[in-house]
Amino acid sequence: MAKDNKKGIFEYSAAPESTGHISIKEQYDLFINNQWVKPQQGKYFDSINPSNENKLASVARANDKDVDKAVKAARKAFPTWAKLPAKERGKYLYRIARIIQEKSREFAVIESMDGGKPIRESRDVDIPLAAAHFFYLGGWADKLEYAFPGQNVEPLGVAGQIIPWNFPLLMAAWKLAPALACGNTVVLKPAETTSLTALKLAEVIQEAELPEGVVNIVTGEGDTGAALVNHPDVNKIAFTGSTDVGKLIQRSIAGTGKKATLELGGKAANIIFEDAAINQAVEGIINGIYFNQGHVCCAGSRLFVQESVVDEVILKLKQRMGNLVLGDPLDKNTDIGAINSKGQLQTIKKYLEIGKKDGLEMFQPKLTIPKKGFWCAPTLFTGAAQSHQIVQEEIFGPVLAVQTFRTIEEVIQKANNTPYGLSAGVWTDKGSKIFNLTSKMRAGVVWANTYNKFDPTSPFGGYKESGYGREGGVHGLEAYLKLS
Amino acid sequence: MDKHKFLELPKSPPVDQVGVGDRINRVQSRSIKKSTKMEGLEMVLSMIDLTTLEGQDTVNKVRQLCAKAKRLHEPYPDLPAVAAVCVYPSMVAVAKKELKNTGINVASVATAFPSGQTLLDIKLDDVRFAVDSGADEIDMVISRGKFLQGEYNYVFDEIAAVKEACNKARLKVILETGEIGNLDSIRKASDIAIYAGADFIKTSTGKIGKAATLPVTCVMLEAIRDYYFKTGTQVGMKPAGGISNAKLALQYLVLVKETLGDAWLDKQWFRFGASSLANDVLKQIAKQKSGSYQSGDYFSID
Repeated sequence: MAKDNKKGIFEYSAAPESTGHISIKEQYDLFINNQWVKPQQGKYFDSINPSNENKLASVARANDKDVDKAVKAARKAFPTWAKLPAKERGKYLYRIARIIQEKSREFAVIESMDGGKPIRESRDVDIPLAAAHFFYLGGWADKLEYAFPGQNVEPLGVAGQIIPWNFPLLMAAWKLAPALACGNTVVLKPAETTSLTALKLAEVIQEAELPEGVVNIVTGEGDTGAALVNHPDVNKIAFTGSTDVGKLIQRSIAGTGKKATLELGGKAANIIFEDAAINQAVEGIINGIYFNQGHVCCAGSRLFVQESVVDEVILKLKQRMGNLVLGDPLDKNTDIGAINSKGQLQTIKKYLEIGKKDGLEMFQPKLTIPKKGFWCAPTLFTGAAQSHQIVQEEIFGPVLAVQTFRTIEEVIQKANNTPYGLSAGVWTDKGSKIFNLTSKMRAGVVWANTYNKFDPTSPFGGYKESGYGREGGVHGLEAYLKLS
Repeated sequence: MDKHKFLELPKSPPVDQVGVGDRINRVQSRSIKKSTKMEGLEMVLSMIDLTTLEGQDTVNKVRQLCAKAKRLHEPYPDLPAVAAVCVYPSMVAVAKKELKNTGINVASVATAFPSGQTLLDIKLDDVRFAVDSGADEIDMVISRGKFLQGEYNYVFDEIAAVKEACNKARLKVILETGEIGNLDSIRKASDIAIYAGADFIKTSTGKIGKAATLPVTCVMLEAIRDYYFKTGTQVGMKPAGGISNAKLALQYLVLVKETLGDAWLDKQWFRFGASSLANDVLKQIAKQKSGSYQSGDYFSID
């Protein structure tokens, strides 16, 4: 940044995590009744590494007959599982958690290969948090009546769970752990681009000797998910993904009596007041939007900066963006990994064009983009307004739109001026301002002077088009119980 | 004319301790390997202020230290020399003579180091004596008592007066961060020192338990960065005390690189105040070159 900035001093050499210790099978079948079952039509699709487009494995494509088989297995297992002494169910969850911890390096490497996220994140965030969810909910299994005093608690039955590609193993844990702790059995469908860690989790479930049929995993694309949603013998649908699909699911299950929790899109406001610790806020902005290439439903994608400090914030933000390392997801120094899929990259690029066409100023640091694979440099748009399309729509990529504001009333109004309401961030040195603002924010999570902090004890979920129901904490149990 | 003179002391911005901690976690997760490691280790050597500040310092002890400064490790004569040797004012002349024509600077602590509890005139005499004896750099201590009493202007004026007494010697201002409180205070003291004319700001005397840490250094580097953004003027940084191994020293370089940029990765702008760091760095260099660790007996102690 200084005038005489010499080039190439102390540049970080490649430090890739070894892949020698991992095992990925050439072909994965469906996981039903604790066994690997061939798909009825014998169809498979490729799971590729988005950082180099190399094929990692073939994964079975389940059709409605396969889904039916999985649901029947779950139904058959349900009465025994539900009647198991609750502390025994807890033991199974603890066992799964411990095995995930033991295999954490393998899980982290596969997660980064299959999904493109930096190993620093899969190693330090995804995998430890996944284990933590199983531990936390394992603890609740025999204490459910204390979570809801005075009420009778019963499991729902068979839960159909559909999870996204941005945090594959972690989302599987978010879904499976509460369902199992509450005595339900499960049919889980991972996202088609990131099935591998869920299939490795199936191996963990075998190793943990869960009774057969309690957890079944069916892989496939949207039609597999639809078959699960529409199956008449499913009691509960839990979905994390796009708002469009969420609406579709809600339409399909209307009138069927199926319970549902939907965790959908977001367009979170991250608000920087002039009295904030700006240097740390800048780090929080970076973490808020460029974490996991912005493939985060709660990403802080709408930045609101008080006009009096906007120049300082933008200057520092650009400098910090220049230090981000983009490249091989398995390199321990990588900050920005690969975009999850070709399709998602096209979506992001479309929005970059829209932003430019709308006359917004676009900034990207000078980074070398690898030739193969799917990549997008961290991007900043300044001069944005609520009326711009890139401010209104969820991009799900490393793209930040910056707006200024003048007063606290204005910023609350604008932060809430969105169909979404999943999360928000506020940065100020004044505690009273935090409480004033957070109580008026229509968002499921509001972080103060930090961003993207997750914990199994803390409920997570949305307002408005960001969905309904909560995952995590005591609230997360309610989604898998019949209370009477 | 002094470039700092027309600037008013600004209100220091708040510092968020949790945020600083998060930042440091990311810095510490950088993996420094292969050629980067070698480059960093040599850079660390070139930035060391080899230090002896003891009541028991003698003429011969200082000479021996200078001998080490000149010949860090005989088997590798091409390694860079350290930046400076740091001694008490009474030893400056000895060190100056030993280091003549080596390019290694003589730094001297002054201003009633380490407590700074004396009158300004005496401090200024201390500084002038060290400068007259040949010190290229002066490491002063701020009056922590006055700082904690809220007499910020006194602290500011004192630094400005010492800067003047330094003449051409570069001034490092020691905040003794372990004594002045939390990160907000450290930021405030950094701003006072920078605006009063410090060429370097330095964490610690090394004489109390709490010495340099990465979070403290991060906050001081941010003060330097904010000043640079406002004025275009570079100020140096010297963490001192508690940095005794190569791995930690490399993490400091990462922090400097990512906070201030490559321009600060030079002994002109970054130093380590340390007495035992050099040999650990040499040990790591020998490991990189030979493939195996060597016993401490192969590295000279002075």
